[in-house]
Amino acid sequence: MGREVSESCVDSLLTEMVSMYCNRLYANKPELAASRIDAIGYQVGHQLSERSSARTSGPSSSKKQIDNLKTNHRGTFVLQDNRFRWVSRMSLDPSSENGDLSQENSEAADESKAAQEPNMHLHFSCGVIKGALHNLGIACAVSADTSQLPACSFVVRIKP
Amino acid sequence: MPPVGPRSGDAIFANVERVNAELFTLTYGAIVRQLLTDLEEVEEVNKQLDQMGYNIGIRLIDEFLAKSNVSRCVDFKETAEVIAKMGFKMFLGVTASVTNWDADGTCCSIVLEDNPLVDFVELPDTCQGLYYCNILSGVVRGALEMVSMKTEISWIRDMLRGDDAFELQVKLLKQVPEEYPYKDDE
Repeated sequence: MGREVSESCVDSLLTEMVSMYCNRLYANKPELAASRIDAIGYQVGHQLSERSSARTSGPSSSKKQIDNLKTNHRGTFVLQDNRFRWVSRMSLDPSSENGDLSQENSEAADESKAAQEPNMHLHFSCGVIKGALHNLGIACAVSADTSQLPACSFVVRIKP
Repeated sequence: MPPVGPRSGDAIFANVERVNAELFTLTYGAIVRQLLTDLEEVEEVNKQLDQMGYNIGIRLIDEFLAKSNVSRCVDFKETAEVIAKMGFKMFLGVTASVTNWDADGTCCSIVLEDNPLVDFVELPDTCQGLYYCNILSGVVRGALEMVSMKTEISWIRDMLRGDDAFELQVKLLKQVPEEYPYKDDE
């Protein structure tokens, strides 16, 4: 199916989903917010992989291929993306996106929370990778390393 | 100098960055499903979807105005047409139509026959009362508020409830004069 939508639709949807969980539904429980965002990503990854098995995996749904793939041959893989789309804009200037909104969102502009949000987005991506791999029969744990933003590494540990 | 005319919806859509709609549709579906799990009341899910849409709308309007070259609409009628023909096209790649105007031109329906949000979606019976596409009404409400039009939006028809199209009724409540946004109420 060749249907397309504007990229801003996907970007805005993800931004708002993260903001809803972090600022409204679980404002004081970041770990709960993170698990819900991860669960949403998982469903997306699972379904994407069901629909198009082997055509794409998580990060390429963010419109590009990964930059590097490493493995220790003992079940750990590292996927590196040198400029991760879904965090690059936010992490460079976390406050600008929410800067001039009405009061409903004033808390989203709060700096400490805004700084958390790129990490919250990563729970979505980790969930996508996990869901896609689970659908292919691979049980794994996925974490993200953002110590060198906007580069981002996803560490996939295959469960024996 | 003659103004640069507005661009057609197709031309704008051809020039924006686009992605496969599947990712968008599946992500939205996953969000709705997760909200249904996390919130007890369907009514609360409707509210959160609307709020998400509103927050998106108040930001998307800037991108829309910047890319569409639309100048100030003369009235609500023109505004509704612009949303249907250009707004929906630019973001979702589909065109809507405007019908059912009331006599004083303050209430109309935006009808959507094709809607990427609901591709592969079927609602189970347990979701009675859910307005699956409530994010869309929020987007329209938020965007209109940023151009000084306070509206109330409700769903008249919903294909997920067996109707033959999606129909959003848009009622103009108040048009705030734009010149003095910070003036006290009179």
